[in-house]
Amino acid sequence: MKSFLNWLDSRTGCKKLLHEALYEKVPGGARWRYVWGSTLTFALAVQFITGLFLWLAYNPSSQTAWESVYYIQNHMTGGAWLRGIHHFTAQAMNVLLVLHLMQVVIDGAYKAPREVNFWFGFVLLLLVMALSLTGYLLPWDQKGFWATKVATNIVAITPLIGPQLQKLIIGGADYGHHTLSRFFALHAGFLPGLIVVLLAGHIYLFRRHGLTVKEPRRGPDTYFWPDQVLKDAVACLVVLATVLFLVIAGKGAELGGPADPTEPYSAARPEWYFLFLFQFLKYFHGGTEVWGAIVIPTLVLIVMCLMPFFGKWRLGHRFNIWFLGVLFIGVAYLTVLAVADDRRKPSYRVAKEAAEREAERVKVLAAAHGIPTSGAVNLLREDAFVQGPKLFARNCASCHRYDGNDALGLTPKDPQSASDLKGFGSREWIARLLDPAHVASTNYFGGTKFARGKMVKFVTKDVAAYTPQQKEQLHKVVMALSAEAKLKSQASSDAKDASEIATGRELIRGDINCVECHAFGKPDEDAAGPDLTDYGSREWLISFISNPAHPKFYGKRNDRMPRFAEEKILDAKAIGLIADWLRGDWYEPAATVSVAR
Amino acid sequence: MDPTENEGRRDFLKKACAACIGGAVMIPPIAAGVAVLLDPIRKKGAAGDFVQVGFLSALPDDGTPRKFTVLTTREDAWNKMTNVPVGAVYLRRVAPDKVQALNVVCPHAGCFVDFMPDRSSYLCPCHDSTFAIDGKINDRKSPASRGMDELETQIRNGNELWVKFQNFLAGAPEKIPA
Ligand code: FES
Repeated sequence: MKSFLNWLDSRTGCKKLLHEALYEKVPGGARWRYVWGSTLTFALAVQFITGLFLWLAYNPSSQTAWESVYYIQNHMTGGAWLRGIHHFTAQAMNVLLVLHLMQVVIDGAYKAPREVNFWFGFVLLLLVMALSLTGYLLPWDQKGFWATKVATNIVAITPLIGPQLQKLIIGGADYGHHTLSRFFALHAGFLPGLIVVLLAGHIYLFRRHGLTVKEPRRGPDTYFWPDQVLKDAVACLVVLATVLFLVIAGKGAELGGPADPTEPYSAARPEWYFLFLFQFLKYFHGGTEVWGAIVIPTLVLIVMCLMPFFGKWRLGHRFNIWFLGVLFIGVAYLTVLAVADDRRKPSYRVAKEAAEREAERVKVLAAAHGIPTSGAVNLLREDAFVQGPKLFARNCASCHRYDGNDALGLTPKDPQSASDLKGFGSREWIARLLDPAHVASTNYFGGTKFARGKMVKFVTKDVAAYTPQQKEQLHKVVMALSAEAKLKSQASSDAKDASEIATGRELIRGDINCVECHAFGKPDEDAAGPDLTDYGSREWLISFISNPAHPKFYGKRNDRMPRFAEEKILDAKAIGLIADWLRGDWYEPAATVSVAR
Repeated sequence: MDPTENEGRRDFLKKACAACIGGAVMIPPIAAGVAVLLDPIRKKGAAGDFVQVGFLSALPDDGTPRKFTVLTTREDAWNKMTNVPVGAVYLRRVAPDKVQALNVVCPHAGCFVDFMPDRSSYLCPCHDSTFAIDGKINDRKSPASRGMDELETQIRNGNELWVKFQNFLAGAPEKIPA
């Protein structure tokens, strides 16, 4: 062993190199304030290692990026850890960069003769930020996609070369395959390569000029090894522990639903360490954004670059410290404002909840059906559970309600003028329709012109005067009518109450006499009210939404409800999704209990 | 204890701690990475399921093999594709209602074996293994160490040809499911 080492040393001079690396002088003794550079190098090493391994499984294209990250995270041993460590170490790096920079400036380590090294560090800082920015897009989830889109759109307002620069960055006029290829090449190739070169220079220059000692010295001079190394190692351990804690607490790195260019995501935000820029932009109104996005940030960067020159004077050094202090306090303040702003906005909360629901849902669907080659986004596009509320909010909620809101949790600006459709077709829903206390409320006919119609009159006069025996009969009619809907959630009670349902069907035609105004079981040309045959079933609901003014339904008496298919407002697929969702009919994994929203 | 000895011990302790902690902090990222690197090892090939490949009536009576593409569900990491080609088989009538199925993949190193109608035998274009019409090795100098892989067949409803499709490890003298 020893002779091998001697041989190696004679050929490479490694002993001297190692000796030089380890026995760097630390005047005044090892100190905690010197650890930041080492923690950053450590964090960078972690990113290189985890990044390389992630590379083994990542697949950059718009049909596979999200999918491969999903696969790493959920189906590969150690994948969630690997991605979690990479994700949270990236966040830690941004904090460490600030600490390192502050220490360098406060201790005056940026002043002559170390100007060049300060610039090296400064460029490294920018490169790491670029890594964060490019890395945020790679999972190709809704959050990363829309937030990065905002960032690259801002590039377009750069004076003179903006539009060209933007195309250059995203690899074309719009987001697509090449956007991912470029971002990935930047993230895993160009930027790390540059960082390695600059970091080597940074460390070389650091060694050349030696450590900047913080006066007063606390003790006798020591060497880097082992005193400072021990402190550095402990600091790295703290960084690692924090990262691992975050991985566990956050159950790995977040992965939103797959990016969908046709579904704007209003809660898309950049990573928290870029939130200040996001917030800053809010203060620049139409036409002046270039100041907030480009001019002012550039000026700040220029001032930072010039710091070593200001540092020559006592006052200049003070200015530098104050400048950075104010800058970071400003950044922190803007970040807090951005978070507070979002907290206040109900639309943000709703969009965020919807996104979380989608992210969960797509995992359920992918596990059940596998992901089609066209991408996971298609699983969501075909899913009633996800699309139903969105379609309802967009197309129905200006008149109808779902559980008192627009189905996404917001209150629409138009007052409710048509029924609340939560539980449509269920026994409870129909029972309340036939309840004198409810039929004329806005949750049923109250907001429509049918408020003065025959049905409301029937319920408020006739039903109100029902004898207990008739009420009993009405109850069976409710069961029978609800059974027409064949709701998934009622399958077992429908089967159990078969005999009551059979009686109920007779009563519809007989004593309760719904058929006086409605068709039931067979077509009836004179029927004034909607057909009750298959009432609430998928087909019934689809035809109703397609054309409520069909003679089978309201005919000429139809009140304001659009003929969604006839007027080409919605296509057959969308109407089908709304119908499925209203009927609670969507894929549910066998083990979990159906939880209707 | 004299002070230098004490100091030496403290110095050693410091060095040991620095080295241990310095090494330990690299373990989690490397361990997670290696786990992902090794993940493919636990993946198994598709289990052999019976797949309908064609109809008995399409097979010539004289026992000449015909090639059929096998279409079935394929899982590729996150993707699940239904009705896609996953391989091919040679099918040959050995009796009026009996067929033999051979996987087209060469047992030597996995090339696609050709059927030579003029010689009534199979020839692998890669390293020239030859196989008899029943799939057995034809030539003692053949690089392949086993005959072509025979697959289980079934005839369902009188005319449907079903094959239990599976791939086997190339190179081994025995049939080991891939
Ligand atoms: S692969 Fe067929 S002979 Fe080598």
